[in-house]
Amino acid sequence: MSSAVKSYGVWILAAILLLILPYIFPAGASITTMCLIGIMVIFALSYNMLLGQTGMLSFGHAVYYGLAAFVTSHMINWAAKSGVPLPLPLIPVFGAAAGLFFGIVFGSVSTKRGGTAFAMISLGLAELVYSSSLILRSFFGGEEGISADRTKLIRLFGYNFGPQIQVYYLIAFWTLLCVILMYAITRTPLGRMCNAVRENPERVEFVGYNPQFVRFIAFSLAGLFAGVAGSLAAINIELAQASFVGAAQSGAVLLAAYIGGVAFFVGPVLGAILVTLLSIKLSDFSEIWVLYFGIFFITIILFAPYGLSGLLMMHAQFWRGPFGSKITRLGKLFGAYVVALIPALVMIFGAILLIEMIHHVAQKGAEGANMHFLRRNYLTVNTHTVLPWVGGVIAMIGGFFAFRFTWPTVANAWHNALVDAQRSGK
Amino acid sequence: MAELIIISTLNGVLYGMLLFLMASGLTLIFSMMGVLNFAHASFYMLGAFLGFQISQWAGFIPAIILAPLIAGGLGALVERYGLRTVHKHGHVAELLFTFGLAFIIEEVIQMIWGKLAMDYRVPSFLDFSAFTIYATNYPAYKAFMLVFSIAIFIGLIFLLTRTRAGLIIQASLTHPNMVGMLGHNVPRVFMLVFGLGTSLAAIAGAIAGAAFVTQSNMAALLGPILFVVVVVGGLGSLWGAFVASLLIGLLQTFAIASDWSLSKFFGSYLSPTRGTILFDIWTVTIAQIGPILPYLLLVLVLIFRPTGLFGTRDT
Amino acid sequence: MKWQMPKKLLGLAAVGLVAGAGYLALPQKTEAQGAPIRIAYVDPLSGPMAGIGDTGLKNFQFILEEINAKGGANGRRLEIVPYDNKLNAQETIVQVQKAIDDGIRIITQGNGTSFAIAISEFVTKYNERNPGKEVVYLNYAAVDPILTNDKCSYWHFRWDANTEQKMAAITTFMKDRKNVKKVYLINQDYAFGHGVRDLAAKMVKEKRPDIEIVGNEVHPLAKVTDFAPYIAKIKASGADAVITGNWGSDFALLVKAAADAGLQIDWYTFYAGGTGGPTAMKQANLPNRIFAVGEGFANIPHKEAADFEKALRAKYGVSLFYPRGVNQMRMLAAAISQTKSDDPKAIAKALDGMKFQVFHGGEGYMRADDHQFMQPLYMASFGPIKADQPFDEEKTGWGWTIAGKIDLKDTLVQTSCKMNKPS
Repeated sequence: MSSAVKSYGVWILAAILLLILPYIFPAGASITTMCLIGIMVIFALSYNMLLGQTGMLSFGHAVYYGLAAFVTSHMINWAAKSGVPLPLPLIPVFGAAAGLFFGIVFGSVSTKRGGTAFAMISLGLAELVYSSSLILRSFFGGEEGISADRTKLIRLFGYNFGPQIQVYYLIAFWTLLCVILMYAITRTPLGRMCNAVRENPERVEFVGYNPQFVRFIAFSLAGLFAGVAGSLAAINIELAQASFVGAAQSGAVLLAAYIGGVAFFVGPVLGAILVTLLSIKLSDFSEIWVLYFGIFFITIILFAPYGLSGLLMMHAQFWRGPFGSKITRLGKLFGAYVVALIPALVMIFGAILLIEMIHHVAQKGAEGANMHFLRRNYLTVNTHTVLPWVGGVIAMIGGFFAFRFTWPTVANAWHNALVDAQRSGK
Repeated sequence: MAELIIISTLNGVLYGMLLFLMASGLTLIFSMMGVLNFAHASFYMLGAFLGFQISQWAGFIPAIILAPLIAGGLGALVERYGLRTVHKHGHVAELLFTFGLAFIIEEVIQMIWGKLAMDYRVPSFLDFSAFTIYATNYPAYKAFMLVFSIAIFIGLIFLLTRTRAGLIIQASLTHPNMVGMLGHNVPRVFMLVFGLGTSLAAIAGAIAGAAFVTQSNMAALLGPILFVVVVVGGLGSLWGAFVASLLIGLLQTFAIASDWSLSKFFGSYLSPTRGTILFDIWTVTIAQIGPILPYLLLVLVLIFRPTGLFGTRDT
Repeated sequence: MKWQMPKKLLGLAAVGLVAGAGYLALPQKTEAQGAPIRIAYVDPLSGPMAGIGDTGLKNFQFILEEINAKGGANGRRLEIVPYDNKLNAQETIVQVQKAIDDGIRIITQGNGTSFAIAISEFVTKYNERNPGKEVVYLNYAAVDPILTNDKCSYWHFRWDANTEQKMAAITTFMKDRKNVKKVYLINQDYAFGHGVRDLAAKMVKEKRPDIEIVGNEVHPLAKVTDFAPYIAKIKASGADAVITGNWGSDFALLVKAAADAGLQIDWYTFYAGGTGGPTAMKQANLPNRIFAVGEGFANIPHKEAADFEKALRAKYGVSLFYPRGVNQMRMLAAAISQTKSDDPKAIAKALDGMKFQVFHGGEGYMRADDHQFMQPLYMASFGPIKADQPFDEEKTGWGWTIAGKIDLKDTLVQTSCKMNKPS
């Protein structure tokens, strides 16, 4: 009983969380955002089957996502027109099939080699597919894409999937299903072989497996799950467009997986959530959000090369001993983090203030001296006075030095926690 | 017919050499350091903007000298304080670092120069028609770009194979430990290579910016074509990049010059119905697919000859 | 645990915080009364097309400032709220959704027909599914005829002349250009470019049957760096005029390549005036040989419009790219004032069929059949400005001269729209 709770508990928890999330965040945009996050979670995890688990860097994963989205749109239109009783929740099955099909077709030519050769082939294939999307108009619908009305299909239990909340539950169901399946795959011998191919393809060959074949299988399966994600995306916005197979989409999934951390299964999930939120929300605060996104991304690469999940997992070693001591140990450590965080926030605040003011003066001079900091009307800064500039510089530089001052505190707390954990582990 | 062939060849060579000028820095970095520099096009753009700005103040000649120096210096700093840190986490981390850098460079350029096109002009002393073939003028500036590209090519070959510095660079790639033990500072060699690569990108930008459009989207518009040049040519081979540039230039130009489509040849035997995929394939002309041919070439080369045309190593 | 942080450090951090936060001035007073009526501007504000989106935003900001200075709409201020659609269909829908969540029920967008169709379809479905919370979509620049034909919607209103109307204007103008005998068509390989190509072929034949179409080319969108090979083909064809729908860098690079090759012919364009176009045309040095079609140009002698243009340039440093945007926002304000309501349902009803004096003079109307705004169009040529012309473009010293005016009746095109109007 208890072992069953342990192994299935996390999935049951996830299911409950997915059920109640719309009650916690009921706004329309929140539901839409959660739908996009769900899609991105599947997509990023499918990507990680390549990058994290098999060590294949792909620049063209959106091909399978996008092609499946087009197949889905055509499927919905066909079912609606011909009256075939095909309920919407089953449509992603066809997306999966499409993803698998194209994964097999393109995988058979591109997985012969790993490393940079694979990366470059994926780049070339992605460009070819994207370019042909503007030539093969009958399938891709030119630049307008193929739109579909999801409510025109046969109803299932009276739901027509018009309201976004119904689509949310559809996406949530498929997300949970795909996440469980992909997790299960990592526990199979195939998953282990993928890891082995990532680490050392020669040795895989010596023990009698064909690394090329392992790559091919992993690639096809990744195509399948990307297909589900693309299919859900087409259902979500009732449209499939050429940009779905484009480089930006391929880049987004790479960023999401890497920011979350490719070394752990949960990494791409975190990355998908964060990248989706950032790309939707950041542009509300600043016109130059891409700059902040770039800086954030580079910071992750420089200082947290294993991504967010890597940062989290560094703390797993402290999770030992009796429950009370775990909590106090981590509590002390996080106390030190908070001490470091305050000056860090001051530094970041100063830097953002300066960047925004420079941007305002350089590009928005016509709007006058007053700048709405981070687009908040209540934070008006007069850029033609000296004080905000001085304040920004002091906050940034002062914050930085104060932040440096706290490093020994953090290092010390880390050390103490480590010693404490080892002691209680004995 | 002869007219079209001669003009297409000429246009193809001019375009190919431009590609080589843009890709030479990338191939240098890629083959020497193994880093796929996604920010290369951004340094190219930076070079164009710096070139524009300096030419406003001091004229064209100082611009094409100073712009690459400044950009190369920035590139060296990027290597020293960025790439070197992420190097230990592998090539993917390095590549993603340059990926993020591309975002930042583009945004910073937009912050300084805005989002509109700059009025970066061909200098007056090169603004005349060099020669005329079949009533088509060829501006002196294009001839200048051609000569410049070839000069860069010869200069790089000479640098890498005939000078001491070049030998150290080549050795640092294959035997970094040995070179280090011989008393050379290998990290500094990499820093210089990266700086040199970015300054080559910048010089291409400073020159091409005047001939084309200097705008903050020029890096994005360039796309991954330069990777095609480098990979098709073969890793570690400047000759390969040179030949691949010419090949791609000619391929595209001749494709554009032709109006062939399947329907033109077989139209009398078969005519698919409008609105089907077959119809789309049937009627597309080679001219339409011209600019995507390089990517087809890339895929085919990697499948059948993974070392690239002139490469000695597997990609 | 021992705290290692010295007290002076806390002090330093506090100083930084206070110094940074302390000098944010108090919010300004606003000029108008009551809550503003907000309009969501959903266009690219980052990425390769950011320049166009940014210029449009500045145009609209100024247009609304002018309307607000004159008392706003029904006594309330109008305010534009930017949403960055990142040139991506999915993101476009998300941003529209976000705007609706923020309580905004008027959407405006213009760049990219594909996004326009996505918004139009989204808004139509949304209004069907959420009665009482209707949203209206004001389109200022997406010109594919399909939006007011097969895919028309009651909730979509377009102020820009569509491709068909613009081509009607160009070909009407060509009637009197007897020097044009051979025309070459070069366009971008996507829906809009194909539209231009097909309409040009059809309408040139109708209006000038003597003109021969000597070439018909499409090239990939925003992928060509060197247009020399295309120019070689144009030259080989012996064309004396080109019709092109190219915009952005595809236009700029095309004319520069033409100038490099010494190709001296006439150009009939849709978007020569777009950002970067004037700079390229000046560099190409083809004085008064490049024509553009539009609903208004800077040097049209019209006192009120000229004053407006002058004030906009003085304040934002950009030209008025969207005279139609002025029409759009003034008509919106009029609709709100007439109905004394900011409910999109009332606004849409008021706009449907509304007659209006357009920005550069003359009457236009929002055709009730398809929600396409009907207006007089102009053809203008680009060259060195004369003494009596106040405006150049992009600081080149060159500007637009009106070459011809096309009356509203010549721009009336048929529509296949069967609109479902709510009762």
